[in-house]
Amino acid sequence: MTNFLYAVEVMINGLMAGVLYALVALGFVLIFKASGIFNYAQGVLALFAALTLVGLQEGQIPFAHLINATLGTELHHFGWHMPALLAILLTVGVMILLAIAIERFILKHLVNQEPIILFMATIGLAYFLEGLGDIMWGADIKTLDVGLPQGGSMWIEEKTAVLGGDGFYGFFIDRLDIVAALVAAVLVISLTVFSQYSKQGRALRAVADDHQAALSVGISLRFIWVLVWSIAGFVALVAGIMWGAKSGVQFSLSLIALKALPVLMLGGFTSIPGAIVGGLIIGVGEKLFEFTIGPMIGGATENWFAYVLALVFLVFRPQGLFGEKIIERV
Amino acid sequence: MFYREAGDFKTSYTQDSQTFPIRFDRFRYYAVLAVALAVIPFVIDDYWASALIVPFLIYAIAAIGLNILVGYCGQLSLGTGGFMAVGAYACYKLMTAFPDINIVLHIVGAGLVTAAVGVMFGLPSLRIKGFYLAVATLAAQFFLVWLFNKVPWFYNYSASGQISAPERTVAGIPVTGPNTEAWAQYLICLVFVVVLAWAARNLTRGTVGRSWMAIRDMDIAAEIIGVNPLKAKLTAFAVSSFYIGIAGALFFAVYLGAVEVGEAFGIQKSFLILFMIIIGGLGSIFGSFAGAAFLVLLPVLLKNVLVGGLGWPTDLAAHLELMIVGALIIVFLIAEPHGLAQLWRTGKEKLRLWPFPH
Repeated sequence: MTNFLYAVEVMINGLMAGVLYALVALGFVLIFKASGIFNYAQGVLALFAALTLVGLQEGQIPFAHLINATLGTELHHFGWHMPALLAILLTVGVMILLAIAIERFILKHLVNQEPIILFMATIGLAYFLEGLGDIMWGADIKTLDVGLPQGGSMWIEEKTAVLGGDGFYGFFIDRLDIVAALVAAVLVISLTVFSQYSKQGRALRAVADDHQAALSVGISLRFIWVLVWSIAGFVALVAGIMWGAKSGVQFSLSLIALKALPVLMLGGFTSIPGAIVGGLIIGVGEKLFEFTIGPMIGGATENWFAYVLALVFLVFRPQGLFGEKIIERV
Repeated sequence: MFYREAGDFKTSYTQDSQTFPIRFDRFRYYAVLAVALAVIPFVIDDYWASALIVPFLIYAIAAIGLNILVGYCGQLSLGTGGFMAVGAYACYKLMTAFPDINIVLHIVGAGLVTAAVGVMFGLPSLRIKGFYLAVATLAAQFFLVWLFNKVPWFYNYSASGQISAPERTVAGIPVTGPNTEAWAQYLICLVFVVVLAWAARNLTRGTVGRSWMAIRDMDIAAEIIGVNPLKAKLTAFAVSSFYIGIAGALFFAVYLGAVEVGEAFGIQKSFLILFMIIIGGLGSIFGSFAGAAFLVLLPVLLKNVLVGGLGWPTDLAAHLELMIVGALIIVFLIAEPHGLAQLWRTGKEKLRLWPFPH
């Protein structure tokens, strides 16, 4: 009985981790739907957003390290402490500027290239942003605090303790995870509403269906791309805040993005609900696998379980759970 | 002036289809070989060998291997680091299990083991394509690294979890282990590079190479004209993994000597080698060399200029290097998708008409 309860707890925690994967995966799906680009840089975008947020909040001087090294000065901070909300708004601004720059300097020149070329370009972008983020704000691990609740929820622990016997103290669920789940739900609903009912959202879907047809009815492709990269930047910021608050802002954040790839494989590249369901499956699957089989084969299976699951899954259903069927013509 | 085919008459089909149809190219090739074999071993010292030349040679092998898969057959792989790890660990197991057999055979054996593993992870490529396949190869990358970390049999139950190469000799001269001279390291890598590059160049000109390229350009169309996709894709995975496995074995046994798998063969290595072939040129053997040389040289150069010349801290230089590499990838993809190899080709075309271009 207690074992079963532990398994349930592991499962719930897996669901919460899955929500965070889904948050990153969401950004991928948005860009893929609107421009057919598989954006490898999404994870680094999240890292960059979180770094910028922390930097602004703490009043760090951008490029301080570089300036000190070249001019021999001793700059560190502006000496203010920005309120979280203002810092978040400013970071959104930075992400929009970044989206404009990406469109202007990269995408515009790569129109009509093969998807694989675009994919490799985003790998290049990921490296560039990683270096830029480190040079601007420094590479040390930072703590991110925007006032989100932290630590286990006592209320849930007390309420569920009665389920088990003496050795069972109730489910441990991080309050941050609950907030993340709520935020993800709100984000998905608002994105769906946006793309279904707003004018820009419809334009976005038109571009996703057919670039040329969209152009011919007067939709500006460039504007839509900037828009969609801005939204992806915003989603990245949300994901960055959640992950950053959970485990600190550091390089490993961008590796989370890699985890989002198998999530997409499962859910299908073109489906927003797919991203959520895929995230949950991967989150629960890897936690349960680690819990049940992990101890037998040496542990740390979380590193690869998601990929192998996606690999096996792909062989049987290449388009994913909710993806559109892939049709190829000569 | 010198670089032209005028006056270079071909009187047989063999001559007509040779690798270097222009005489100047042929002589240049022999001259490079002669310098590499007869001059460099005598002048090479430890710094040059360990900082530039040996890594360049080993990465060139890996880049040729990846280029066969990505550039010639069009199957994107992000599992290069994992496959290099297979080569390294296979080499280690062979070296310790059969200490009496020549190290060269161990390295080739490591290549064969990697080829088998590569074919196994290549099987999904029959059903999935493009970046779907890239993610599938990521599974290989993470799974293999985890496997070598967690299963003690692979590192012979050593306490540190590392593997380190015992001393092995070729004709009485140590080529692995701490007593290896720089020139011996260099020569064994060079021999592998020359043989493998020659084989790759000829494979890609022949039937196998053409079927790879047909699959790359449009797999359905290739199938219709009679290319067997199963055979073409799996041979590409096998040959590519063979090369990468040999590169991994050399990297571990000859170059590093001791290896910790997550550090030496992590995902960063996969990207490094992918970048080499993007910058060097997809679908070109020369490009693999050019890209490997470029990305081995760049960090050393930046470090000398920024840290040595301007006195920057090393971490700043490392971050700037990331930015430069990323920006270069994008610039190359936009301006010259066929990489340094295409620049070289354009240069040669210009040279043929020089000095009278009209």
